[in-house]
Amino acid sequence: MQAPSSLRPLVIAAMAAVLLTVSMAVEAADAAPNDTCLMCHGDPGAKSDAGKSIAVDAKKFGTSVHGQMNFKCTDCHSDVSADKLPHEAKLKPANCGACHEAAVTAYQSTAHAKARAGGNMVAATCSDCHGSHDILKSSDPASRTNIAKREATCGTCHGNEAVIQKAKLPGGNIVAQYHDSIHGRKTNGGTPDAAKAPTCTGCHGAHSIRSKGDATSRVNRDNIAQMCGSCHQQVYSRFSASQHGQMRQAGNSAAPTCIDCHSAHRIQPHGSPQWQVDVINECGNCHQDFITSYRDTYHGQVTKLGYTRVATCNSCHGAHEVLPASNPKSMVSPENRVNTCRSCHPGANANFAAYEPHGNPHDRAGNPILYYTRLFMQLLLAGVFTFFGIHTLLWLIRSLKDVDSRRGGGGSH
Amino acid sequence: MSSSTMSAAHAMAAAPGRYYRRFAPIELVTHALVMLTFIGLALTGTPLLFADHDWAHTLVALMGGFRGAALIHRVCATIMTIVFVGHVLRVFVRAFLAEDWLAYFWGPYSLVPNLKDGQDIVGMFKWFFGKGPRPQFDRYTYWEKFDYWAVFWGMFIIGGSGFMLWFPTFFSEFLPGWVFNVATIVHGEEALLAVGFIFTIHFFNGHLRPEKFPMDIVAFTGRLPEHELKDERPLEYQRLVGAGRLQSLEAPAPTSQTVLFSKLLGTFGLALGVITILVIIYSAVV
Repeated sequence: MQAPSSLRPLVIAAMAAVLLTVSMAVEAADAAPNDTCLMCHGDPGAKSDAGKSIAVDAKKFGTSVHGQMNFKCTDCHSDVSADKLPHEAKLKPANCGACHEAAVTAYQSTAHAKARAGGNMVAATCSDCHGSHDILKSSDPASRTNIAKREATCGTCHGNEAVIQKAKLPGGNIVAQYHDSIHGRKTNGGTPDAAKAPTCTGCHGAHSIRSKGDATSRVNRDNIAQMCGSCHQQVYSRFSASQHGQMRQAGNSAAPTCIDCHSAHRIQPHGSPQWQVDVINECGNCHQDFITSYRDTYHGQVTKLGYTRVATCNSCHGAHEVLPASNPKSMVSPENRVNTCRSCHPGANANFAAYEPHGNPHDRAGNPILYYTRLFMQLLLAGVFTFFGIHTLLWLIRSLKDVDSRRGGGGSH
Repeated sequence: MSSSTMSAAHAMAAAPGRYYRRFAPIELVTHALVMLTFIGLALTGTPLLFADHDWAHTLVALMGGFRGAALIHRVCATIMTIVFVGHVLRVFVRAFLAEDWLAYFWGPYSLVPNLKDGQDIVGMFKWFFGKGPRPQFDRYTYWEKFDYWAVFWGMFIIGGSGFMLWFPTFFSEFLPGWVFNVATIVHGEEALLAVGFIFTIHFFNGHLRPEKFPMDIVAFTGRLPEHELKDERPLEYQRLVGAGRLQSLEAPAPTSQTVLFSKLLGTFGLALGVITILVIIYSAVV
């Protein structure tokens, strides 16, 4: 059956009116408290007595995860009742833990919570990362806690010089450092696998961010290698078998772990020439004698000038797999040394490999030939320059006198 | 020589401006090539010894990076080696052709040091202190001989170690590994000696001392004015006069273009050398 066409608009209008009335009646019970709140807080210019904005964007709240779930304002602001208005000027903070118990409990052990407990109220609490009335699910690309937004979210403090200075945040502008790191470039690179690289929470966790001094922290020195290894599995197994890895396993916490060579936030791709040149100094931080003797060689001089293509530490010693020469598996063991040299010098033989790449001419007992060679050369230099220095100086004085006397009408040599 | 005859010599020299040939053209080419390649080697090698200084980075960058610098270094080394080998061959061929090869090596035209050089050193020191006359020099003074042998020794020491470091796989066929450690030390230290010596002592002896300032271009023109020959190398002058050979050495005065070219070349070498020395001293102090 079909209504006459002239009546159709009327019928639709009537049905709409009925539907609207019914739905308003149904919603009234739920919506009323928020409407009541919005009578004051809905005004975008609403301010507290102290002059702070107390405005709530009802539209934004409506699209937030809590708005979508039809939360009442009083669900979070539980110390306010619609029956007793106006409410107290100072309200308790929203109690997120009432629902998010696990997250809030975890948060209590974080560096942020401890800092707040210690009176540093700049430290992040729930709303600093998640927002308040505009909280979105982390899976929503617009969410502050979406994987693509985390760098910016952490950066509101850890990338903000003013906050860094004020709160003395450890490590300085670590977000800027991270942004230029291989991880930062990957996550910001827009490639399909961008999310595979860690953003801040990838290493630090979210509700488990603990200070590196905390033994349970993912970024504690003793846990770093395992944490990096969760992605870099092959490197982790090579490192674990290396001298450095074994020293760490034996409880020597001064032995290097990932960040000692790679840094924490400035990690560069290993193919980068700048990194290849810079990492030599990282090795040299501990192996001081060896970097000094390396710098006396052509290899060391060329890399000091900023050029690669000549041997750096890891060309001969390996990187993650570094082992002492006494270990037959070492790249510089007597068994492997010639082959290691041959990776750059294809014609190298045993004599070639007997070159001492860290020969120290200051060590008389260890390298007498080099010691006396250097001594001879230095005496030669000193002798020549002393003799001719005196010769030249005396000659100059005498010649100047001569020129003077000649000008004065003399003329004798 | 008394002061009156010296003045007379000056007066005579000032008038006609006669020139005598001191170096053969081949010797001028040898000096110029050794000088230019030496500067090239110094500029490309010194940055390695001062690799932690900014100027070294800039200099190497200007030469096209370390590979550019290494290429220039090796091209210069090759040219210098060829020049050196050519020179040694020439010396021996001339000795072979000489009527008396013993005299060729021990006579006054040889650069081999002799007793008189020792006496001249003592004489010069006496003169420095006003305790005696300036020694009468022959064709080559002792400091000129030292310059020559310094280069000669340097060619073996720096050149030899340089080739070992250039072709280590070849040399390690018959040399033990520690030789390359020694070569590295010797190459750098001897190079510092050579650079330091040439750019200060040789520059002073040959060019910068008040009598020659700012430069002596005889090594570029090959000719020297009569008064210089008479004043500075009286024994040679007297011998040439006595043997009646002086006239055969007379040469036209260098043209103004030759003089200009010589001065430009000399200024180029002196400037680069003095800058290098100042930079090295600055690096050693800072």
